[in-house]
Amino acid sequence: MRLEPKPAPPLGVTLLFPVAAIAATLLITSLLVLAAGASPFSVFYLVARGAAGTQFAALETLTRATPLIFTGLAVAVAFRAKLWNIGAEAQLYIGGVVTIVLGTGALPLPSFLLIPLIMLAAMAAGALLLLGPAVLKTRFGVDEVVTTLLLNFIVLLFVSMLLEGPLKDPMGLGWPQSQRVVAEAQLPRIIQGKRLHYGFAISLCAAAIVWVIMKKTVLGYEMRAVGHNAEAASFAGIPVNRVLMKTALLSGGLAALAGFSEVSGLKGNLTLDLSPGYGYSGIVVAMLAMLNPLGVVASAIFVAGIFVGADAMSRTAGVPSYIADVMVATALLTMVTAILMSRFRVRWR
Amino acid sequence: MNAPVLRLTGITKRFGPLVANDAISFDLKRGEVVALLGENGAGKTTLMNILFGHYVADEGSVETFGKSLPPGDPRAALDAGIGMVHQHFTLAENMTVLENIALGTQAMWRARLDRGAAARRIRKLSGDFGLAIDPGAVVAALSVGERQRVEILKALYRDARILILDEPTAVLTPAETDALFRTLKLLVAQGLSIIFISHKLHEVMAASDRVLVLRAGRLVGERRTAETSRSELAALMVGQEIAPATVAPAKVGPPLLELTDVSTRAGGGGAALDGVSLTLRGGEITGLAGVSGNGQAALAALIAGTMQPLGGEIAIGGATVKEWSPRRALAAGIARIPEDRHAVGTIGDMSVTENVILERYRSARFSRLGFLDWRAARGFAEEIIADYDVKCPSPEARIRLLSGGNMQKLILGRALDPEPSVILANQPTRGLDVGAVSYVHKKLLEARARGAAILLISEDLEEILALSDRILVMSKGRLSTPSARGERTVRELGELMAGHAEAAA
Amino acid sequence: MEQALEILFTASFWVAAIRIASPLIFATMGELICERAGVLNLGIEGIMTAGAFAGWFTVYAGGDLWTGVLVAALAGAMFGLLHATLTVPLGLSQHVVGIGVTLLASSLTYFIYRLALPEVTSPPKIAPFEPLAIPGLSSIPVIGPALFNQTPLTYLAFATVAVTAWVLYRTPLGLAIRAAGENPAAVEAQGISVTGIRMGAVMVGSALMAVGGAFLTMSAFNSFFFQMINGRGWICIALVVFGSWRPGKALLGAILFAAFDAYQVRLQQLSGGIVPYQVFLMMPYVLSILALVLVARRATYPKALMIPYQKGER
Repeated sequence: MRLEPKPAPPLGVTLLFPVAAIAATLLITSLLVLAAGASPFSVFYLVARGAAGTQFAALETLTRATPLIFTGLAVAVAFRAKLWNIGAEAQLYIGGVVTIVLGTGALPLPSFLLIPLIMLAAMAAGALLLLGPAVLKTRFGVDEVVTTLLLNFIVLLFVSMLLEGPLKDPMGLGWPQSQRVVAEAQLPRIIQGKRLHYGFAISLCAAAIVWVIMKKTVLGYEMRAVGHNAEAASFAGIPVNRVLMKTALLSGGLAALAGFSEVSGLKGNLTLDLSPGYGYSGIVVAMLAMLNPLGVVASAIFVAGIFVGADAMSRTAGVPSYIADVMVATALLTMVTAILMSRFRVRWR
Repeated sequence: MNAPVLRLTGITKRFGPLVANDAISFDLKRGEVVALLGENGAGKTTLMNILFGHYVADEGSVETFGKSLPPGDPRAALDAGIGMVHQHFTLAENMTVLENIALGTQAMWRARLDRGAAARRIRKLSGDFGLAIDPGAVVAALSVGERQRVEILKALYRDARILILDEPTAVLTPAETDALFRTLKLLVAQGLSIIFISHKLHEVMAASDRVLVLRAGRLVGERRTAETSRSELAALMVGQEIAPATVAPAKVGPPLLELTDVSTRAGGGGAALDGVSLTLRGGEITGLAGVSGNGQAALAALIAGTMQPLGGEIAIGGATVKEWSPRRALAAGIARIPEDRHAVGTIGDMSVTENVILERYRSARFSRLGFLDWRAARGFAEEIIADYDVKCPSPEARIRLLSGGNMQKLILGRALDPEPSVILANQPTRGLDVGAVSYVHKKLLEARARGAAILLISEDLEEILALSDRILVMSKGRLSTPSARGERTVRELGELMAGHAEAAA
Repeated sequence: MEQALEILFTASFWVAAIRIASPLIFATMGELICERAGVLNLGIEGIMTAGAFAGWFTVYAGGDLWTGVLVAALAGAMFGLLHATLTVPLGLSQHVVGIGVTLLASSLTYFIYRLALPEVTSPPKIAPFEPLAIPGLSSIPVIGPALFNQTPLTYLAFATVAVTAWVLYRTPLGLAIRAAGENPAAVEAQGISVTGIRMGAVMVGSALMAVGGAFLTMSAFNSFFFQMINGRGWICIALVVFGSWRPGKALLGAILFAAFDAYQVRLQQLSGGIVPYQVFLMMPYVLSILALVLVARRATYPKALMIPYQKGER
């Protein structure tokens, strides 16, 4: 068997690949549904209805998509430059910590100043957190996959320490949770009385900005060049290590915004279950989008829909909601295979 | 004696629209050395890869000792007695000679590798055929010539009856080449048959009994070595009388790049520079000859800006350089044509447009305030495609999909467009077809006429002789004194390449 | 302070250290085999989760303990096959596929767990492997209990190191595995299938990872929890680097690491709550990063690690 490169297919065909990957995913996971003694059709129908069947469901899906857009963008940016940031989870929590530190009354500022300030500070913290592994990679040749993964555990323990120490809510009845952010530090709801908040709008802006950076700017060009062929990029005079640092800053900052948006827009305080693995799901989101920043929005909504829909489905159909995680992981693997097939043709001799 | 040990019938292999081998048939007899002669890209290596089972032919068949050989199975080829010494060695460097040779020769599920028996056999073979080597040595510590011996031993260890050598002399000094030829004579005397792939006429004349000439994938001629001549073979190989490029006399200008007593660390798997001084003058092509691995890679990296000098000085246009990087080299007007156009010269998964601006995307022409001007970039790509006669579907096509020649033309266009004062051309024609080679030569001569200073690094002595106004030889990280066009004979240059002191040369 | 030192000389400390080391030893050997053949297997964390569940569940469902170990190994090999299919013949990014396999293996495990045990709130227990004292040797002070009064799976872990080292350095198969990680073209030129060697190595390596996971549910503890692998897989990847891809050194690294882990738990009890317990829990991860930084510069990793190979390529 051998792989031969082939010309890039037209855009229309390119868009078929995620569709094919999702179809394959449904086919594979329907075996599990059958194993659970349910009918795949009714289960997938229930998932779809739970994700988008009612206004409540659709808004819930968008709410759930918000952190995924941020982490998906963070991963897309990093993977473009082949900086394997698997630590979006940690960066997300650091963003949440900063939001609590600055947003619980420490700064008596009006909303229009306080919120941007918190956002910047959160981004800076997330950026610095990823800068560490990036420096270890460029200076010492330490694989950033392992360091970012290990940092996830370290940061979660650090957050746990804060929540049982300095950031502990005195009125929290002993639970490891922080105080709530003040009203000025809260992102307003987009529709009164619904959970969807302005974090979603910010995530859309972030996607647009990242798209412009990747497509139109010198930095985006440098990041892509470094990611595709670091040796050639370096030969052509691109400062590879500096580009990787900038990538780390951007990626870490984006992931931290997920934490900010969850705390400030949705939860109001920081707990140890702020993220049910948004950092890891961000990898799937980014891959499903083929690392395209605008595609991230669509794939984040899709992945969020699976999670939200599966929750609703499992209440009625009795199939464990972990089916959502299985679907998402399967989609990641089928998607990378589909991308390969779009670039290479397989010859069997 | 005269039944063929190997018979190829109608071998055809296509890669997309390219026909790499077109209905090739020939026989190989016992105890015979057949040379397979052809330009780069004529299809020699593809043919041998089919024979060895790396590739599967689209049509045709291979027979060894009267039995048909199953296609696409290196194991079957090995079992049939075919041994191959690849142009790029297939050795695991962190392992020992013995381990490399014994790999795959003992039953895979044995509980213990019999090192003793393997060592005895290796010692016997190396004694019999003049291939001195220590079985316990780690390959990384061996010289290139020694590694080639390991490759040959690998084949002999497996009782190869047919030995294929792919460009075996490309990496050898003239003395090592002679030793190799002596070994081949011993092997043939033992009844082995040898296919010897080369594009060097004098070697073919010296070492073979029979010559097959390949051109553009077809077998265009077959001669007994004793009954042919170099000029006849050359004409067959190229398909026309070669008219040596007529070169106008040099109008030598001022020194544009000066290296004074520069030393570096080792680079590119070769030697380090050891106190090298070199002056490149405008309007002159300086040819750098030498066996690969003697410091050419380090010198090229130094001039390209990817390697820092450890000692000594670099001066450009008379001014000493303080800090050195690829960006500074480019800013100083040095154009670079890298040795490896796939891994270093281009970014395969980016478009033609994105590749042509790679060295200049920060200039005002292509970017403003951190934003790229894609329209200007695309215009530039179209310009180069037109000016340099590049065949490509569109500026948006991924550069990976272009042929080697077209890729090299784009690199050439990218490098030469800003009218650089210094040009570093490192193996600029390796692997290109005849047309592309003469195109590259023409462009280099044009730049010379314009007054650029050119350093041509090549392992192809004929290319160096044809183009250079001045020739230097590099050996063990040091440079010989220069010689003007025609001043030293090929033989004298060969002595220098072998590292013999100049007084003795 | 004195108390802190005394810990090091107690038998119970070393017993714990060896027990903590055992799953790491299995998984580290598994990862080492994969990487020696040229494949980085980031599926390790998920494969350990799957192994932990598969072994435990087999016993819970009525199988005997060794059948459980076998089932765990098979489950690991299946995920190894998936990983290898995508990364070896298809040459997909080993980073992305590895993460994907981890996500898939762990979510599939949780799904099956919930499906099989929908009602339970506290995880059911099984009767795990019991320590097996080796007569004579186990009565040597300190060393005896630590090394010779462990469960059979711990002995198996040490045997795995010996077998791995023997196979890699003393057998024709090991030669092929190492060469596939150094220069796959050399392997193919000798008529051996690189794809076959690499896929086989990843499957065997993954089986060992799964047994490492099963150690946790069948020897260290007696039930299966969510998140129970808790980064051990990632730590094993660091241990492989720390051990310079050599079984003996990696074993030493695993024991050192486990000793440190056992030590921090005891220090935690000594510190009396002045230092937050999270600081102690962080230490294994911090230590792994430090170990990587220390050795990364002079590490001579397999030259073809993470580089896919296509037939006929050189």
